[in-house]
Amino acid sequence: MSKLRIRVDQDKCQGHARCKSLAPELFELDEYGNAHHVGDGSVPAGLEDKAWLAQTNCPEIAIDVTEE
Amino acid sequence: MSDSPSATFLPEHPAVTDWVNDFDHTDPVWTEDPFPIWEELRAASPVVHTERFLGCYMPTTYQAVKEIAYDTEHFSSRRVIVRDVRAEITARAPPITSDPPEHKPAKQVLLPPFTPDAMKRLEPRVRAICNELIDEFIADGGCDAAARYTKHIPVRAIAHMLGIPEKDGDLFIRWIHQILELGIKDDNELMSGVREMTGYFMAHLEQRKQQPGDDLISQLLQAKGPGGQPLSDEHILGSLRLLLIAGIDTTWSAIGSSLWHLARTPADRERLVAEPALIPTAIEEFLRAYSPVTMAREVMKETTISGCPVKSGNMVLLSFPAANRDPTMFPDADKVVIDRKENRHAAFGLGIHRCVGSNLARMEMLVAIEEWLKRIPDFRLDPAGKVTWSEGTVRGPRQLPVLFGKSA
Repeated sequence: MSKLRIRVDQDKCQGHARCKSLAPELFELDEYGNAHHVGDGSVPAGLEDKAWLAQTNCPEIAIDVTEE
Repeated sequence: MSDSPSATFLPEHPAVTDWVNDFDHTDPVWTEDPFPIWEELRAASPVVHTERFLGCYMPTTYQAVKEIAYDTEHFSSRRVIVRDVRAEITARAPPITSDPPEHKPAKQVLLPPFTPDAMKRLEPRVRAICNELIDEFIADGGCDAAARYTKHIPVRAIAHMLGIPEKDGDLFIRWIHQILELGIKDDNELMSGVREMTGYFMAHLEQRKQQPGDDLISQLLQAKGPGGQPLSDEHILGSLRLLLIAGIDTTWSAIGSSLWHLARTPADRERLVAEPALIPTAIEEFLRAYSPVTMAREVMKETTISGCPVKSGNMVLLSFPAANRDPTMFPDADKVVIDRKENRHAAFGLGIHRCVGSNLARMEMLVAIEEWLKRIPDFRLDPAGKVTWSEGTVRGPRQLPVLFGKSA
């Protein structure tokens, strides 16, 4: 499987927090509950499914997943 | 009932015979089972219109709902309930009734107390509330789950957050009934509910000014608005009104619809009892399929939505529940699939007005269903009872008679 990278678009995120709930290893929330990717956004091996799960459950389509 | 004084003043709406051109979300047929109606409307057009409520549109597709939710230029939130009248705007409830640029700062002050982490701290109290309620009726062999269980959980949780007595919950329930149900057709009921609620919170606000605590009312008093100024009393009272109106019968409805589904779907109930780790996923599906909350907007400037012209002065019934049943967005949209993997439902809204209490609602739903299933794994609708649904823009069971144990 190719390496994945995630990014949360801050203009789109409205703090539904679905990503944090589905993939807590990959996302963190700020004091307002808006989501940010952990570290540089690269998805550790084994967590690819969780990255896609978060992406497909974001109501605002604010998460980009790119294959490197 | 001719001897009831309120019946004299409630203008009755004529029964709907043409849903596509004359819809009415307060019609008893809609209240009982809105899903086939939404299907009919969606098949007719992405946006339908009624002359009722002084003119009102309803987007019927996910796409049309989304376009309106994101378009704060043409659609204002200053009125968020579709009613018979366009009363003067007096009792604001920021941020739900705010438009940009006022919206963002009003919302920012409410966000930190409602993060998932903050909800984790509240969770043990909610778990205890659920078990205290179950203790009261578990020996009876059955109960009205709406009257005895779902109704009390959000009220007590919010009261706990606000640092006010949980027993005052019955007052809140009455005000909400006046504002959200009776108030659609009766301005006096609406104003009386708002007035009493405002007086109640005013007293608590004054008390917190003398003796601050660590509750949410005290936090709002210490919060800084835009420009670093403290929030005005009027602003705080408006936000407290919002928390009560938005935070109670909504979640009460969501928990009730979930239990209603589980009472009549043994396979789903048995699976969740056997696989409790699936409950959070199931909760998202209940939120999609039985979304309780329909919002409203007011058209400020003429525009088009999904190719349909909309004219200013009309209201918009912003039906997130109908959007969540759109089959172009959700495969098998009319089926409840408790392990649905892809679920971008809009039960908590889309765009800047995303429900500020969504993390609270999710936590309450999860805890309420978990605790119920732990103690009452088998239950079913009572064939001798009748399930009734709330009228208006928040939908959920108001009577939910169930029997405990396996059916004979």
